[in-house]
Order: sequence, then structure tokens, then C-alpha cells
Amino acid sequence: MSAQGGVQYSKIAEIKGPLVVVDGVDSAAFDELVEIQTTEGERRLGKVLEVGNGKAIVQVFEGTTGLSVSGTSAKFMGKVMEMPVSEEVLGRVFDGLGRPIDGLPDPIASKFLDINGEPMNPEQREYPRDFIQTGVSVIDGMLTLVRGQKLPIFSGSGMSHNILAAQIARQAAVVGTTDEFAVVFAAIGVQYSEAEYFKRSLEESGALKRSVLFLNLADDPAIERIITPRVALTVAEYLAYDLGMHVLVILTDMTNYAEALREISAAREEVPGRKGYPGYLYTDLSTIYERAGRLHGRKGSVTQMPILTMPSDDITHPIPDLTGYITEGQIVLGRDLFRQGVYPPVNILMSLSRIMKDGIGEGRTRADHQEVSNQNYDAYSRSQEVRALAGIVGKAGLTGVDLKYLEVGDSFEKDFLTQAVDENRTIEETLSLQWKVVSLLPKNELTKVKDKFIDQYYKER
Amino acid sequence: MAAKGKIIWVSGPAVRADGMSDAKMYETVSVGNAKLIGEVIRLTGDTAFIQVYESTSGLKPGEPVIGTGNPLSVLLGPGIIGQIYDGIQRPLKDLAAKSGSFIGRGITTTPVDMTKKYKFKPLVKTGDEVKPGSVIGSVKETDLIDHSIMVPPDHPGGKITKIVSEGDYDLETELATTSESKIPIKMYHMWPVRKPRPYKSRYDPTVPLLTGQRVIDTFFPIAKGGTGSIPGAFGTGKTVTLHQIAKWADSQVVVYIGCGERGNEMTEVLVEFPHLKDPRTGKPLMDRTVLVANTSNMPVAAREASIYTGVTIAEYYRDMGKDVVLVADSTSRWAEALREMSGRLEEMPAEEGYPSYLASRLAEFYERAGRVRALGSPDRDGSVTLVGAVSPSGGDFTEPVTTHTMRFIKTFWALDAKLAYSRHYPSINWMNSYSGYLADIGKWWGDNVSKEWFELRSEAYGILQREDTLKEIVRLLGPEALPDEEKLILEVARMIKIGILQQNSFDDVDTYCSPQKQLKLLKLLVEFYRQGQKALKDGASLADIRAMPVIATLLKARMEIPDDQIAKLDQIETTIADEFKRIGVKVTN
Repeated sequence: MSAQGGVQYSKIAEIKGPLVVVDGVDSAAFDELVEIQTTEGERRLGKVLEVGNGKAIVQVFEGTTGLSVSGTSAKFMGKVMEMPVSEEVLGRVFDGLGRPIDGLPDPIASKFLDINGEPMNPEQREYPRDFIQTGVSVIDGMLTLVRGQKLPIFSGSGMSHNILAAQIARQAAVVGTTDEFAVVFAAIGVQYSEAEYFKRSLEESGALKRSVLFLNLADDPAIERIITPRVALTVAEYLAYDLGMHVLVILTDMTNYAEALREISAAREEVPGRKGYPGYLYTDLSTIYERAGRLHGRKGSVTQMPILTMPSDDITHPIPDLTGYITEGQIVLGRDLFRQGVYPPVNILMSLSRIMKDGIGEGRTRADHQEVSNQNYDAYSRSQEVRALAGIVGKAGLTGVDLKYLEVGDSFEKDFLTQAVDENRTIEETLSLQWKVVSLLPKNELTKVKDKFIDQYYKER
Repeated sequence: MAAKGKIIWVSGPAVRADGMSDAKMYETVSVGNAKLIGEVIRLTGDTAFIQVYESTSGLKPGEPVIGTGNPLSVLLGPGIIGQIYDGIQRPLKDLAAKSGSFIGRGITTTPVDMTKKYKFKPLVKTGDEVKPGSVIGSVKETDLIDHSIMVPPDHPGGKITKIVSEGDYDLETELATTSESKIPIKMYHMWPVRKPRPYKSRYDPTVPLLTGQRVIDTFFPIAKGGTGSIPGAFGTGKTVTLHQIAKWADSQVVVYIGCGERGNEMTEVLVEFPHLKDPRTGKPLMDRTVLVANTSNMPVAAREASIYTGVTIAEYYRDMGKDVVLVADSTSRWAEALREMSGRLEEMPAEEGYPSYLASRLAEFYERAGRVRALGSPDRDGSVTLVGAVSPSGGDFTEPVTTHTMRFIKTFWALDAKLAYSRHYPSINWMNSYSGYLADIGKWWGDNVSKEWFELRSEAYGILQREDTLKEIVRLLGPEALPDEEKLILEVARMIKIGILQQNSFDDVDTYCSPQKQLKLLKLLVEFYRQGQKALKDGASLADIRAMPVIATLLKARMEIPDDQIAKLDQIETTIADEFKRIGVKVTN
């Protein structure tokens, strides 16, 4: 991200929050990259948010701390922000703006790409269909991940989302293929220890050399977080569509991203939408999440797993809410299960994978997959109702069938949901566990499964 | 005279330009050196406020803005069906051909292939009198669509002075001329999207739009020419339900607008529809479908336009005398686009930052639905049915877009996160939903399917309502506190939920259910309830009823018995009667 050429202005009209207003500007473009230079000679990057009437409003990624109205100058670079990419980025660690921080020299760029990307033409998309086996039963069995999907983890503070994401990153594979894959990890305002856990986890499994890490840690500038997911996705798109790799992108934590966006919006004095977040939060998030997918005639794919912590575990908060409207499902972690020590503590009733139906079934996983999974949902949901009822009227007030459902609930959590952090189950193992759970019920309760599958797989317990 | 100004200010999709005193409101303009497409949305002195339909990245003050003199319009003519357009009617295929897999900027294309030849069959001859809207001939657009060529509504008509003979012509060929105008009639004409197309008169909607979805057709029906809304939090199955309507509705044309939604969902339609067969004609569904796709990450201003582009196309096919269904997913994203532009215009916001004209814009949109007699001759009756999804923030139905929408629609399918969490799909909540067409279309069901329909539907709905009250008691005291008669209601309500209300869109058999099968299933369940009541009265125990083997068969009938084997449902009816008889015998012994 060098800074040659460009038009320089030194009249700063105003500095507020993350914004610098440059005056007397006669040639600046919307979205243009700006280099701010302080009196001490320090250089910071920013971009034009608004331009006109001789003024340009510039958002400074590294923050405005230490900038002064006199002595600061702004150089308009005549281009939008770009990320240099090449195969050499694999195995490297960058900061939140895409500059190397692993002590090695800049990778030699084979291309410079606009970090904002361009919207994928829906007509050119290849519909995601390849089942990714994560080895985690609850995901493979009931929330199947598919190549090119965007499936977020909705978590709460302190829960085991990073452990789960790391397990998925280590184990994810498409059965029966040897296609090249890569992991792009973007830490957005997370603690050092969390980023370190991830890095170590990739290292131990030998996946680090096929990974690219972007780290904006909790003590790094907040406004930089606007850029971090974008540079990460730019690299991911390059690996996928230019080099033909299957890329899994993990973005953690998107809540910090949305907060940085709110900070800028507030500084611009925009009319806020819900909870102070800007009205365009949905559109803005979509420019990140919609960068997942596959394209006609290209080999690679970008699969996204964004992680966000729901403020006070509230799924109706604008950040999880708007995310859920864009992503193709969500994996919701439940506080109750987490407290009981269940790992992974996935609340399946609130979770969903929209593309699952196209990634499973005959020829992909197994013909009975959808139906047995539906039956598990149904049974577990019923068991939750019965549990609540038993809490009020006691077990004595329950019917015989209701008692069966109580057993199903326990078996689901103990036999199917729970597994070890390093346990990698095949899809066949996962499906037999699903049948094991519903086989606790009498046959005539299995209303979601066709008779032929019952005959084939049902074993009364 | 076309306006020629220059940019003075840029912020996101909003641009201000001065020197624009010749510009008109809602005129389309070309913005900047990149020739981006924009639309004038406010004029102050000689300053025009422009919303730009493409990304403004790199746009600079000082670059030119040139007016086109025309409002934002769509091209209406053969070739529209089967296309996938962006929000301003640019075919996405052509955009891909010009800029690759990602959408570039400043690209101009024609909405349809102007050089393609269609076999034109004239239906009027020289000397005939034609009026605006009159049909002068027809072409075969797809296997399913006979496309009427009409005198444009803004053309005066008159006596036909010249008309071509039957043969193959392209879109630019002058097909006919009239005594009243120098403007020849071609296979296509342009129409401004924000102006509803005129018609002769309007009818009350009395014919149901059959969707093959039981909870819709049987419980909360929508009429042809009606309006419906489907609000729901994320994950409640809005899109799947809308896809189901687009697939199975008994209309001749479907316009599907993906407005600010997921890219893969549009791809899914594109991949799936060519392989799906219309259950009535056996032809691929794509032969009657038009897609307008402005996904969430595409420019926000074009999202605002996409709704109007779609509804204008729908009205055009309506004018040919066709029943058209327009599905808009999601009107909330369209409202958000309004909000974003309103914010950039620095207008005073109303609730949650939405502009104060949100309600009137929604009203204008839904008013474009209707069953009408088209202009001109011969007499043609067509309809536009509007179905809009709403994505309420946080699933809260008291937010502005949902509450305003409810004022302008007549069928309300409330999606329920709780039902979705228990995988009850479609998760349409039967207590919160309503249909204002029930009385109007009851006659159609009576005349075409069965006189019993209305009564059966009311009885089944009554059971669901009773269950809702009883559930409160169960929640406090447990199910054993209820007498057997009431437990039977709970049992039958459960069976109605599983056997009728739930429908598996991904099951080959269950995905579409004919009205005859719907009625039969309804009848079986109501019949089961009536006989159950009687059996209890005669001294049978509820445990005996619950143990009846026919229940499992009955609940799976929706999946196991296809539409062409409805007779098998009669067998179930016999079995129900037999098994109740057996319980009766047991009691008397």
C-alpha cells in the first residue's frame, strides 16, 4: 500500500471522531484513498465519504488521535483502496489493513484488487451444492454446511464459538475430493488470546501454511475494523476465483465491525435507525456477506463463517437480526446448554441452514437425511415442550408418550449433540446417531419419515 | 431540451448537480464520465438531486450530468419472459457478457433482443377502428405465452391505414399505422415505471389464486387481483413460501422481484425453474416467469426502482388478459432504500428514520393490484395479484413497514418464529393470520370443488381455535386435567397441524396439493373428529382412539398419496369408519 503521486491539500477544516474534513479540495473522488500525514511525519490511511462544494469528508482508518488542524496534510491518491495479492499471501499474517506483521517482507504482488469488490452477478452464480463434512454431528446432521454458503455463528460473550469455529476449520472436508483448500481468518477487534488460540489451532493441524490471517485486535484502531473483513475477502476471492481454491473465511467478531460503523455514522450526524445503528447497516453488511459464493466456470468457492456475539444474548438485536436476514442460516449457541457443559452448545431449534436441502440427500449424503433430520427437530422440539410442562405439573401428570419424549430430549443432547473438541465423526456415524435418538419413540410417532426409511433404519430401543 | 449540468457533490448513491434547470422530476440522467444511470428526485433552483443506480465509487465533482428527457421507463414487448433483469431492466446475462462474473458500471443494453424475429399474426385489417390498448395481433413468446401486440395506451389509435401480413418480423418493424397518429405501432413500446397502466374498469376479486399450499388455499386464501403480505423474522421461511407461490400459483405469468435479498436465492430460481413443470400445462415454469433481481449488495437506488419495474411488467401482461402474480421479496428492503435516500436528502424523518411518505408509497404500490377489464378491444379481463414479503426488524410486527403494509393488504400470512423453531413449515400462524377474501371466493369453491368446503373449513378452524384456548389450561395444569372430549380436540388439532397445515416444500409429492386433495384431507380430519366425539359419547376411551393405527396413515397421506391417486384417500375414509366401529364393538362387549 505505497503512496506515490496524488494531490496534496493541507487545509484541514475540522476533525471530529474518526473524520477529517479537508477544505479547498478541487479534485477528489468519492471513495478515493487518502493518505493523511501528521506533523511528525506519521502516515495514516483513509477514504473519502463525501465530496463536494470544495470539501471532502475523510474517514481515517487508524483514528484521529494526535492529528491537529494545522500541520496535518491530506494526499488524495487518485485510486480506491487496493490489496496486493498473490499466492505468496498463504501462510502470512497481516494487520487489519492488510500490511504484514509477521516480520517478513511484503509479498510480491501479482495483482492489486479493489478491496470493496464488485457485486457478483446473480445470473453468474453457481448454486451451492457440495456437502462439506465438518465432523461435527449437529452441523453435518441438522445444519449442513455447503460450499459457497455463508453460515454465521450467533454466540454470546464467553461461549465456545471460537473453539467450534476452529474445530470446523481443522476438520472441514468434502468427502472424496482432493481439491485445494485454504482458510482466511479475519480477527476484528478480538482479544489477543482468542486470535492466538486460532493461530495455534491451525498450526497444530498443519493448516497454517494454507491460511492467511488478518489481525485487528481489541487494542488496534476501531475504524480499521471497517477495512479488515474487506481485505480478507479480497484475498479470499483471489484464492478462490483466480487460483481455484476452496476458501473458508472466518470473520470474528462482526459485532465489533458494526460498532465501528455506528461510530462513523454518529460522527457524520446521520439519522440513526434502531439502537443508534445507521439505517444502511443491512446494505453495508450485505456487501460483506454476499461475497460468499461460487461462480460459473470457476473452480474455487468462498464459504463464509462469520461469528458474532449477540449483545445480552438477544437475537433480535440489530446486528444478529440483520445478519440473519442476509446469511443463509445461522448456528445459534445456547446459554443453557453452555452452562450445562454441553459442547458444542448449539440450540438447534433456533438454528437453521438454508442451503442444507440442496447439499444432502441421495448421491450427496443419504436419501433419508432430510427426513430423519426433520424428525429429530420435531422430536427435540416436542421434548422441550414436555420438559417445560414437567417442570410445572411433575412427571406424574404426563402421558406415556410424553415421557418417551423426555428420554428423546436427553438422548439427543447426550448421544448426538455432545462430542469432543477433537472428535471427527463421519456422516454415516452422524446419521446412525440421529436414528438412534428417534428410535426411542414408537413407530407411529415418526410422522416426518416415509415408511420405507422406517423399515430400513428404525431399531426400537 | 436535455439538461446539461455538472456534479457538485457526491455521497454514496446521492449526487447533486448544478446547471440542471432544464431537468424534470424523475427524469433519467447520465451521470459522470462513466455514464452511470441516475434519476432526478429533487429540484432546487438549478440544482438537481440525483439518485444513482450504480456504484458511485470514483465519481468526482465537476464531471458532467446529461439529461435524457425521459422518465425511467421499461420496454414492453416479446422477449421479457424467461429473463433475469436488474432493477432497471438490464438483462443480467448481457451484463455478464459485457463485464464478466461481477457487475461492472455504465453498461447499456437493450432489455430484449431487438433483432429476434417473432411470427406475427394480425388480428385487425386495414380500415378497422382501434383504440388505445386494442389488440392488433399476436406473437408466440414462449410455449406458454401468447403475447398480444397492443396499441400503446398513450397512442391515440384511429383507423388502421396499413398493417403487415402474417409473417416473421423483428421488434423494430413497423407493424401498423393509424389515421390519428404519425407514430407507427411496433411490437414493443416504452412505459414509465412510476405511472400505473390504465384500464377500462375494475372488478371485485372473486376467484381464488390457487397456490397448492394447504394453509393458504384452505385457510387463508388470496384472490386473483388481490393483495397479500407475508411478514416474518429471518429463518421463518418467507422466501421458501414465496418460491412456492411463484412455482405453483395458477396464473399465466409470474414476476418475481428479489429486492435487496440474497444472490443465491435468485440463482436457485434460475437453476430450479427451468426443470420444474407447471402442474397444469406440463411446460417448464421458466416459460412463464420473469425475474427482477437487485440483490442486497447491488446499488441501493436500483432496489427502489426494481419494485416499479416489476409491477409495470406485470400490468403489461395483465392488459393482454392474463392472470399475473407478482412476488416482491422484500418490501422492507425497498423501504430501507427509501429511507437511505431520504436521509441523504436530509428530509425530516418519521418513525425509525423512515420518510413520512412511506405509507403513501406502499399504498400506491399495492393499489396497482386488481382484476380489470383492459382498454380497447376485444374485451380482455386480467389480474395482477401482489404478494409482498416484509422483514420486520427483530421480528417485531409493530415496526413501521409491517404496520403500514397491513393497512393496504387484505390477506395477511403471519410467520411465526416459534413454529419455525419447531420446524412447523410453512410457519404461518393460524391465529394471527387472516384473509379478507374468504367470503368472496367461497362461491368458487362451492361451484368448482365441493359445497361442503366452507363448512369443513369453519369446523376445522374452530377446532384450532378451541385448541388455542385449551393450551393455556394445559400449560398450567397439565393435559391430564382435561376431560376426554377436550383431549380429543387437542389430539385432532395436532393431527390438523401435522396432516394439513404442515407441508414439506422439498418433498416431490407434498410440495403441491390440488384443491380436490386439500378438500379430501380436510374432510377426513373433520370426519375423524366427528366420529371420535361420537365414540367418546358411546363410552370409548381416548386411549383407544389414540391407538388407532389409521392415524399414522392419515397423517402421512399428504406425502404418501399423490394427486393422481386421490381414490386412496377414500380407502382411508373407510378404514377410519371401520376402526371406530371396532372401538364401538369393544365398548358394547
